[in-house]
Amino acid sequence: MMPDLGKYAAEVLSAYAVSLTLIFGIIWLSLARARRVKAELAEVEARRQKDA
Amino acid sequence: MASFWEYANPLKFMRTTERIFPFVTWAAVVCFLGGLIWGFFFTPDDYRQGSTVKIFYIHVPSAMMAINIWVMMLVTSLVWIVRRHHVSALAARAAAPVGAVMTLVALFTGAIWGQPMWGTWWAWDPRLTSFLILFLFYLGYMALWAAIDDDDTAADLTSVLCLVGSVFALLSRYAVNFWNQGLHQAASLSLDKEENVADVFWYPALVCIAGFVLLFVALVIIRTNTEIRARRMRALLARERQA
Amino acid sequence: MIALLTRDLRLAMRAGGGFGLGLSFFLIVVVLVPFGVGPETALLSKIAPGVLWVAALLACLLSLDRIFALDFEDGSLDLLATSPLPLEGVAAVKALAHWLTTGLPLVLAAPVLGLLMSLPASGFGPIVLSLLFGTPALSVIGAFGAALTVGIKRGGLLLSLLVLPLYMPTLIFGAEVARRGAEGQDYMTPLLMLAGISAATLALLPFASATVLRVNLR
Repeated sequence: MMPDLGKYAAEVLSAYAVSLTLIFGIIWLSLARARRVKAELAEVEARRQKDA
Repeated sequence: MASFWEYANPLKFMRTTERIFPFVTWAAVVCFLGGLIWGFFFTPDDYRQGSTVKIFYIHVPSAMMAINIWVMMLVTSLVWIVRRHHVSALAARAAAPVGAVMTLVALFTGAIWGQPMWGTWWAWDPRLTSFLILFLFYLGYMALWAAIDDDDTAADLTSVLCLVGSVFALLSRYAVNFWNQGLHQAASLSLDKEENVADVFWYPALVCIAGFVLLFVALVIIRTNTEIRARRMRALLARERQA
Repeated sequence: MIALLTRDLRLAMRAGGGFGLGLSFFLIVVVLVPFGVGPETALLSKIAPGVLWVAALLACLLSLDRIFALDFEDGSLDLLATSPLPLEGVAAVKALAHWLTTGLPLVLAAPVLGLLMSLPASGFGPIVLSLLFGTPALSVIGAFGAALTVGIKRGGLLLSLLVLPLYMPTLIFGAEVARRGAEGQDYMTPLLMLAGISAATLALLPFASATVLRVNLR
């Protein structure tokens, strides 16, 4: 299944590895922050409902 | 047809984007992975560049996104300055880190490609240098957002910085061209010159570009909604402290 | 406006730091370079124009945060904003004061430091010319950066991060004039570009600075 990358295998694979790491890094960061902020906001809203 | 400006209402924006978000995400996943898998496993090697040609399925889309995301930030900054819609400013804020990552990806893949092809990781070539400068602009923009507490002040200052920065980024582009003639080939994937690249490379590259664009849209939706929530939370907390 | 200019100049003189500091910094950076790269005259004279330009740029950067920060802290910036003088004018005058206290001394000191760097004889005219035309742009761009970060505590590092990318075109053309001059080539084109950048930033950036100041004073 693995294509024959010839003598440039290291370059091609490292380019893909670095790029995918960076891109998945920003995706993961975005999702994690989205989840955290959502939870915190829900908490603040709930507190506000109770007080009102 | 409702006015486009309806989406300036944060609630309306969030509701609509959250409805279309699953579609965008799935399309992004399909195009992104599909394009890369197609490019990586099922395309031939270039007769001169060997398998390094496969790096371009990442390099070209990320480089395009790096520039286009800055343009998108410029447009949203202008909308904020003229019409003062919070969603617009927050979208610019949400896009900046993605743009910085894209610039970094373009720089890294370019360096890794340049090593075997040009025999050097880095050359002070106009295109490479401009991208480095663009990266610095992204860094400064994000640092300014992070440094200011008040939301509206931060939005105002960063949008002015984005406007002024755009002018200087363009100026740098020409200055750098003047300063050093480069190694880098001209853009090989413009729409009017598609015959520059053989179809076997062109179609998977198109899918990859679509994948990167959709991925960016999905990320901006998540990140903008996060910023809207964070802003509301700060407002609520401030009100609590006052009470 | 003239009153504001003389006030700023007098403050810069009296505070001691502002006036001489940039100049001494310029001197020290230039002196450091031969220690870094070795004392060979041929190498030094080759890199002299670039070193002088980068050093001048850093010396300019050093004194930027003084442009607005002190006035912002003691409230006189608020007074200036409510005075009949338009804020754009204030920003322009402040940049001019910065140039007179930092940029102009650098221009005058450059030939002396050129001697230290064994700059070729043909390079002295161009380096002075290029700094003369380029440093006003550095001051005006710097004033914009200073206006952006005026409300931020300990904004010095952020200021450098914001301003340095904006300095890039000025540096490129300025250093190009100096380098071509030192090599005896024709340097008219980059000099005109440099003058164009200075003129355009002088005309336009005070408006951006004033906008940003208004936001920060809100």
